[in-house]
Amino acid sequence: MIDAVEKKNATRNYWLRIAGAVAALIVLVVAINTAAHGNFLQPANIVRVLQQISYNAILALGQTFVIITAGIDLSVGSLVAMCGVVMALFSNYAHLSGIPLVLATLAVGVAVGALAGWVNALPVVKLNIPPFITTLAMMEVALGLAFIFSHGRPIALNSDAFAGIGIGSFFGPVTDALHLPAIPIPVVWMTVLIVICSILLNKTRFGRYVFAIGGNEEAARLAGVAVARVKTFVYVISGACAAIVGFLYMARYSSGSPQTSTGDELLESIAAVVVGGTSLVGGRGSIVGTFFGALLIGVLYNAMNLLGVDSYLQKVVLGIVIALAVVGDELRKRYLSRA
Amino acid sequence: MRGIGKSFPGVRALDGVSLTLHAGEVLALVGENGAGKSTLMKVLAGAYQADEGEILIDGRPVQIAGPRAAEALGVGMIYQEFNLVPQFDAVDNIVLGSEPVARGLIDEKAASARAAAAFAELGIAFPLHVPAGRLSVAQQQLIEIAKVLSRKARIIVMDEPSAALTDREIDRLFDIIRSLKASGAGIVYISHRMEELPKIADRVTVLRDGRAIETRAQSAFPPDEIVQAMVGRKLDSHFPDLPAVAPGAEVVLDVRGLDRRPAVDGVSLRVRAGEILGIAGLVGAGRTEIMRSIAGADVPQAGVVSVDGAVVRVRRPSDAIEAGIAFITEDRKAQGLVLGMSVRENVTLAHLDQFLDRARLIDRRAEVAATQRFVESLNIRTPSTEQLVVNLSGGTQQKVVLAKWLVGRARVFLFDEPTRGIDIAAKSEIYALMIELLKNGAAIVMVSSELPEVLGMSHRILVVRDGRIAKEFAHADATPEAVIAAATGVAA
Repeated sequence: MIDAVEKKNATRNYWLRIAGAVAALIVLVVAINTAAHGNFLQPANIVRVLQQISYNAILALGQTFVIITAGIDLSVGSLVAMCGVVMALFSNYAHLSGIPLVLATLAVGVAVGALAGWVNALPVVKLNIPPFITTLAMMEVALGLAFIFSHGRPIALNSDAFAGIGIGSFFGPVTDALHLPAIPIPVVWMTVLIVICSILLNKTRFGRYVFAIGGNEEAARLAGVAVARVKTFVYVISGACAAIVGFLYMARYSSGSPQTSTGDELLESIAAVVVGGTSLVGGRGSIVGTFFGALLIGVLYNAMNLLGVDSYLQKVVLGIVIALAVVGDELRKRYLSRA
Repeated sequence: MRGIGKSFPGVRALDGVSLTLHAGEVLALVGENGAGKSTLMKVLAGAYQADEGEILIDGRPVQIAGPRAAEALGVGMIYQEFNLVPQFDAVDNIVLGSEPVARGLIDEKAASARAAAAFAELGIAFPLHVPAGRLSVAQQQLIEIAKVLSRKARIIVMDEPSAALTDREIDRLFDIIRSLKASGAGIVYISHRMEELPKIADRVTVLRDGRAIETRAQSAFPPDEIVQAMVGRKLDSHFPDLPAVAPGAEVVLDVRGLDRRPAVDGVSLRVRAGEILGIAGLVGAGRTEIMRSIAGADVPQAGVVSVDGAVVRVRRPSDAIEAGIAFITEDRKAQGLVLGMSVRENVTLAHLDQFLDRARLIDRRAEVAATQRFVESLNIRTPSTEQLVVNLSGGTQQKVVLAKWLVGRARVFLFDEPTRGIDIAAKSEIYALMIELLKNGAAIVMVSSELPEVLGMSHRILVVRDGRIAKEFAHADATPEAVIAAATGVAA
């Protein structure tokens, strides 16, 4: 009896939260759209925003797993660059072409990214060294290697097999027939990865253990959870996600550059995760939240560009929004725990 | 305190409680978990604000707006979970928040002097410059006591101060309390342990359901009447009758030559199906460490562990779990539960492989069904399976931990302090459950610091001293005096 009422309340609270978030988003979007004289809600612009956020969103997906275990991965930006350079070199030297070349290159990149993630995790799980340190070290090492491998210059791709991926689109005939803008390949990648990561985090034992480790690592260990293996795997996922972003950038620019994603990308990936409601102290978070976090950041940038906001001011606004999102989340939590 | 009332959403935690504390007396405050003891004391200490009622100190009404205000009024609070910075030594902890300052810098000499003075008042020598985290629980408690003394507290509240102490440490604590009393302080002593009250309390106040039920002089308040006032009904014997071990019962757990020096030194023990083996000893004697080594929480250096005759190589907790060993840890919050997870998620955590569907994904409906069964069979007081365990009371949390291990098909249950800090009703339920496990052929090892519990709930008792088994008693031969003598090494 009480059980049913409580469950109903929980369900209602959940839907109220979603409804609240959606309502806020609609108000924001309509306000932006009005201010931008209707340019914002154009299909072409919406697709542009989705394409722009897809790189950050994919990085943030991997970062979400790491942060839920109460870790952090500072190396993702550098790994994008290093994996991009390695993949460009591989594709130029491999005796392959067409689809096999693309798949082999992707596999090499993901393997390198995953390996880097494994190296990140090794001192964390074996010696209990804080991930802040190991991934900071990896950030420097990977960036340095990217410059060494490429001699500091972008490596142009010899093959044109990647062009379709970088700037191509999906469902082209369908979207054309409907007079809609084509869906860029990165958006498809993002969507597929969101689905995979959601299932992984919410439906598998691995995902449950990720939450358990973030919530109470010792209790998880004593419950028989292979803590080291699970923690290692979250850094491997994060490294692999970085490699996929490196792959998409490489395809888009037809080159692997040591300077890709070594600017704000790391911080924006963390911002997307945190704005999306994942707790930096671990144990709490969601993939969908991370997507909305990335989306919010992307929408803000896009809107400020449409409105002609000065680029320095954009940074100030973004910083304030991140702070407000986290404060708002904390206040909401307090309200809910009182009610 | 007069007519104190305090409500939380959905709960009337305190309902017009009045309490009087005289200078130079020890007032024992007893009641089941959730009776309002802690809430009442938090109101006194300024951690909570009362919705109604008033507080008078020395006859004058006072407003206690916060912890600092309470401190200024001479109220000192020693919480069950200490508030020490583990990296700080005794001096830094004692002066924390009121550091003596000279020319803008912390005056280390004055700070040390203040701490030394407080310990001198307690009449004990104390290592002033060892980080608190490296000291024993009893020593950490002394720091807390010295801290309130150094702040000139005249009203000292101690929340379950004896819960983590050995009998000898408790005796020393009582000496200290007596000397505080003699110096004119009023002490509120919160405890679950009835047997302590005659030793230390002058008067006893019983709280139940947020109300002060009865206050009497300790000498006029026999334990069974106190318990009756606490639970509102008459409880018969504290411990259930232990079913006899079947004569031919096979050995389920066999441990030989277990080493994890220095805490565990060549320990061998055997437990048969349907038997409870109690382990007694002082804190630090190696009791918990023996359990941890059997359960794979620590890796033993040597020794052979067998379950049902099959040798188990225990390198990590999952090895022990697979072999059918369940380890119910002493510290629920730090080791037993993921507090931010729901009852369901905690119950299934150790055996998620039982809750997978054909696609190897977690079958949530099966999880809910299994959890619901335990909520009913163990009488887990939670509004739903989705409630976060952080919101549950201590006794309820302990039942969630038990449910977690009952999900599996464990043969061996290692209980470390199974009833620490939980109320009498929940204790009885846990004892009943242990009996139930025995009937199903389980073997139980139980560590407890509560001597009556070890004596009342064990078929055999091993007394551990300095990592070794000092003596073994049969249930019938074990007297408190003999067990204590063996634990302390006083007599042969």
